[in-house]
Amino acid sequence: MGKTLFEKIWESHIIVEKQNRPSLIYIDRHLVHEVTSPQAFDGLRMNNRKVRRPDLTIATMDHNVPTTDRSLPILDQTSSIQIQTLEKNCKDFGIKLFDINSPNQGIVHVIGPQLGITLPGTTIVCGDSHTSTHGAFGALALGIGTSDVEHVLASQTMWLEKPTPFEIRVEGKRKNPHAVTAKDIVLSIIKNIGTGGGTGTVIEYRGEGITDLSMEQRMTICNMSIEAGARAGLIAPDEKTFDYLRGREYTPKNYETLVDSWRDHLKTDNDAKFEKQFTLHIDDIAPQVSWGTNPGMTCDVTESIPSPDKFSKGDSNQKKGAEKALDYMALEPGTAIEDIKIDRVFIGSCTNARLEDLIEASKVIKGQKISSNVNAMVVPGSQMVKKQAEEMGLDKIFINANFEWREAGCSMCLGMNPDILSPGERCASTSNRNFEGRQGTGGRTHLVSPVMAAAAAIKGHFVDVRKMDLS
Amino acid sequence: MDSFKKVASIVTPLDKVNVDTDQIVPKQFLKLVQKSGFGKFLFFNWRYDENENKKPDFVLNDSKYENSKILVAGDNFGCGSSREHAVWALLDYGFSVIIAPSFADIFFSNCFKNGVLPIMLDQIIVEKLQHETGVIEVDLENQIIKTSSEEISFKIDSYKKKILLEGLDDIAQTFQYEEKILEFEKESKIPSVL
Ligand code: SF4
Repeated sequence: MGKTLFEKIWESHIIVEKQNRPSLIYIDRHLVHEVTSPQAFDGLRMNNRKVRRPDLTIATMDHNVPTTDRSLPILDQTSSIQIQTLEKNCKDFGIKLFDINSPNQGIVHVIGPQLGITLPGTTIVCGDSHTSTHGAFGALALGIGTSDVEHVLASQTMWLEKPTPFEIRVEGKRKNPHAVTAKDIVLSIIKNIGTGGGTGTVIEYRGEGITDLSMEQRMTICNMSIEAGARAGLIAPDEKTFDYLRGREYTPKNYETLVDSWRDHLKTDNDAKFEKQFTLHIDDIAPQVSWGTNPGMTCDVTESIPSPDKFSKGDSNQKKGAEKALDYMALEPGTAIEDIKIDRVFIGSCTNARLEDLIEASKVIKGQKISSNVNAMVVPGSQMVKKQAEEMGLDKIFINANFEWREAGCSMCLGMNPDILSPGERCASTSNRNFEGRQGTGGRTHLVSPVMAAAAAIKGHFVDVRKMDLS
Repeated sequence: MDSFKKVASIVTPLDKVNVDTDQIVPKQFLKLVQKSGFGKFLFFNWRYDENENKKPDFVLNDSKYENSKILVAGDNFGCGSSREHAVWALLDYGFSVIIAPSFADIFFSNCFKNGVLPIMLDQIIVEKLQHETGVIEVDLENQIIKTSSEEISFKIDSYKKKILLEGLDDIAQTFQYEEKILEFEKESKIPSVL
């Protein structure tokens, strides 16, 4: 029987395999950041261990770096301690670090692909759930906890229970690909299969609706696999993938030889079997807006807030969850999504802060001003994205529309730095999580695509971006 | 890691579903660089109001539960971000057993790495345990929970059980395979980053 792409990568990385036990797999790339690593390095020191392969390890700081002027001192004491701790750890253990002043600094999942560190067919781990982003390149990319960070630092391996392969086919063609984006595709998927729909699986996204996407859009899809509960998301590499990585700063010297070996091998065989299957037809899907406190609580922009009773068919927990969510979000069933007013707009995060995202959003706002009731900001995913955007004059478009234009980092995706919502504030956000308090205690998050966020900034409430001229 | 055998205490009922790791430890507290000391931030936004006064209606603020070591929660406990701080906070606060109808994957495996025992039981049994007022005993060796009125058995993967019972260090275990790792590295065609 044939094999799925996931199984091929898995099998080529097994060091020890045991029946019904976790297997020991080799890790080709380890990405490190300031928040989930200090305790891991501490563990190494306590046990007199070193980093086994500093040459397969790369670090940057992204989660709590300020996104304001970098020449100023960091005011938050604990943030600055974490940042200094990472600097010291990288120095002590010989790890390459893109620090706050590096032109390569940025959100770890944005810089990996951008620098050619992320490669097809590899295993990649990082102490952050959205490591799944790198799966867009046909890598098996897993988010891990701090104990595993320590384990990988020490041994370059990890014990992992074998997930099962899950096929998600995305079929059809979007009528207006500028208005209905990769974010809307992935939110539709999660809405359909639920936030636990992918538990224990590695999702492989396939079909015309996926191969049509650019690499940056594919990253948005894989990024949110984790929000469907999956361990990882994958897309088989094709010529777009190989082109994207060619000639980047850390792309290997023998890249073309590698590409030759990947081209035929890194795909799912025709007769391979998936344990689970789901198909989404995208011809007619609408832009999506989340209304609740998990990414599955999402609906079309043309719809109204659903009644919790709608969920009572499933089980009582679902209904309870929906009631609690609406209470937190201060929303009434029956309110049209387009009537929801917003206070803040955040265009950023490893889901949607790459160059293409900023280009698309800038088209919506060009020549306009944001609503006077709205505070909006753009936080580019990396310093390199920021620089490229500035070279194209995008910063001017945003600034002229009254957006704030910031330095790179995770920022209000998780609000560990000073960029947070105040209690009760409502935000249209291009990030990936709308959990209670995620963007600041009491803050209310609606997940949307960059163009939907930009449109909402201008109108002061959600609008169907398909009605706007995006030419 | 300390080895885990038996735990006896009253249970703390947390009647909420989908408790995510952001709620277990809000991210403003993730900045410590050690593993200890997170207990005071456990469920922070539920425990304290804006002025950091204790909210009287939250269960952890009820003195009755002060020394409880067993948390009984709703479905899908520990979902959301993979931060291991959530487990450190529970452990540092004093919880070494978490009982729920289901757990999020990463949280579940993080528990075993830190000597915390997560137990999955049927919804109905979990609800019953939430109303249990007396001391209960969790016996890992025999996989039994003893309450004042009954004995409830629970399932656990035998390997995970062994890890907890012996307090094994994952990394030392892995180093037994040093030769195999070396062999793999010799064969690997993936070039280093630098
Ligand atoms: S942008 Fe958000 S999701 Fe992405 S790595 Fe940063 S905190 Fe995690």
